[in-house]
Amino acid sequence: MNTVFALATVVIKELYRRKDFYVLFVMTAVITLVMGSVSFFNDPKIVRYLKEICLLLIWISALVIAIGTTARQIPAERENRTIFPLLAKPVTRGQVVAGKFAGCWLACALALLMFYVFFCVISGTREGNWSLLQNFQAFWLQCAMVGVVVALVLLGSVIFTAPSSNATISFVVVIGILLLGRHLNQVALHQPEPLRTLVYTIYFLIPHLEWYDVRDFVIYDQGAIAWVDCLLATLYAAVYATLLLFATWLVFRRKPLNL
Amino acid sequence: MRRIFHPILILILLLAATFSLATLVQPRAQGWDKRGKSGNVLTLLLGDSRRMFANHFFVKADVSFHSGYYPSIFDQAEKPKGSGHMTSEEGSPEAEEHERKMSFLGEPRDWVERFGRHFFITHHTHLENGNEREILPWLKLSAELDPQRIDTYVVASYWLRNRLGKVSEAEEFLRQGLRNNPNNYELLYEMGCLYNENYHDSSRARHIWELALRRWHEQEPAKKEPDLIDLDKITIHLARLEEHEGNWDRAIEYLEAAMKSSPNPDVLRQQIEELKAKQRDPKTAKESSRG
Repeated sequence: MNTVFALATVVIKELYRRKDFYVLFVMTAVITLVMGSVSFFNDPKIVRYLKEICLLLIWISALVIAIGTTARQIPAERENRTIFPLLAKPVTRGQVVAGKFAGCWLACALALLMFYVFFCVISGTREGNWSLLQNFQAFWLQCAMVGVVVALVLLGSVIFTAPSSNATISFVVVIGILLLGRHLNQVALHQPEPLRTLVYTIYFLIPHLEWYDVRDFVIYDQGAIAWVDCLLATLYAAVYATLLLFATWLVFRRKPLNL
Repeated sequence: MRRIFHPILILILLLAATFSLATLVQPRAQGWDKRGKSGNVLTLLLGDSRRMFANHFFVKADVSFHSGYYPSIFDQAEKPKGSGHMTSEEGSPEAEEHERKMSFLGEPRDWVERFGRHFFITHHTHLENGNEREILPWLKLSAELDPQRIDTYVVASYWLRNRLGKVSEAEEFLRQGLRNNPNNYELLYEMGCLYNENYHDSSRARHIWELALRRWHEQEPAKKEPDLIDLDKITIHLARLEEHEGNWDRAIEYLEAAMKSSPNPDVLRQQIEELKAKQRDPKTAKESSRG
């Protein structure tokens, strides 16, 4: 466990040394503040458009940070040949996978925490309603989703040769699930056999990341989600992340480390 | 060796060159601005694709009006058509039809869908208690991107003057619409409503509605499918105004015109009969006018 934690700490340090997070955070803050300064029909109470823009930027930034950070972890270790001294510590390949996952996930969670604190301050001061419970649920569910994304990208990094191709494919898959995941069963029903069975199978196999996008509840003040549902969704994400990490380990343990 | 090109001389030369170029480019740059109808940066940058974005923002206003409960592209068949539901009164046939169309979710097909419904909004509501203001930024953006989209001005004006008490803002926005779309009868009709209902200036409202009616007759009859709904609205409003002012002949005239476009001509026929009765008996008419 200490080995995994030590590996995770290195990844977290890497995140705050790199400029990705700072650039995305400043960009989100500047766009939100500029949009917030615009007056629409002399009504200072209008706030939902601002929450919507800010949350959209947070989601984009979180995906960029999660996929960007994770995609280069294992390929960078192999390219710089630092993987050899690392495995000679001795550290098992399973611990490398677990450490990289824990590091990337915690780093993304930390970045998300900063984003949500900013969001809470902006929406709370403008609206006069802090909605801490709703914001915490949105933050937690997004953290759970990022966990699945990190595990997925980690699997991609041991399958695909270049980090760029892994990042691109991961973006397409994740955005595809977020946009279409909820409707695949509806699409399947309109297809002839055997396409219907195929689409339905994909529908049941993919991790339903769209569940974790509860921005509408926050934007439109629709109250909190039941804690049981949050817990079940967290368990679902944990099962998928474990499954993907196990698959990563299966591929990685037999993979030659020389480029 | 003596330097021939002193840096200051080069700098002066470059300044002279930029000044000369500026005098050449400036008149042309003004010409570039004129190419875009509104002449703003968005028009220059996005070209005609801005209309697509404008449509997106108009739909965004509708999504906001429904607090996020809205059919996706996969539920397109049930998607609300037009913007009538955004300005319809509760209990009206239009509102009831909209309510029926918005129950598009149905029963969940599987456990994934059943559980997934805990994480998105599944009940149909409309903004109320002043929260209608939240749709305004999207409408403003939509109008900036596509100044020729009439719905945007009409819907924004309706909410501004009827629910948010911002009559002068509504008037200003309608005037912006009229500057971008001179002679548009829908905007003139809405402006007439604003003067009649909010400023209680019936004389000005009459002139604007009469202008709207003239514009309708100039633009619509030649079309394959003329906009009869708006003709009905304009003539009925003019008839009500004339009735209120005691001009029975004019009121009957407008109601007869409205009968040609109305979906309920029998109701109008009955109203014409009532007006004729009032006309025959001026005493009753005066009393009903006072009432």
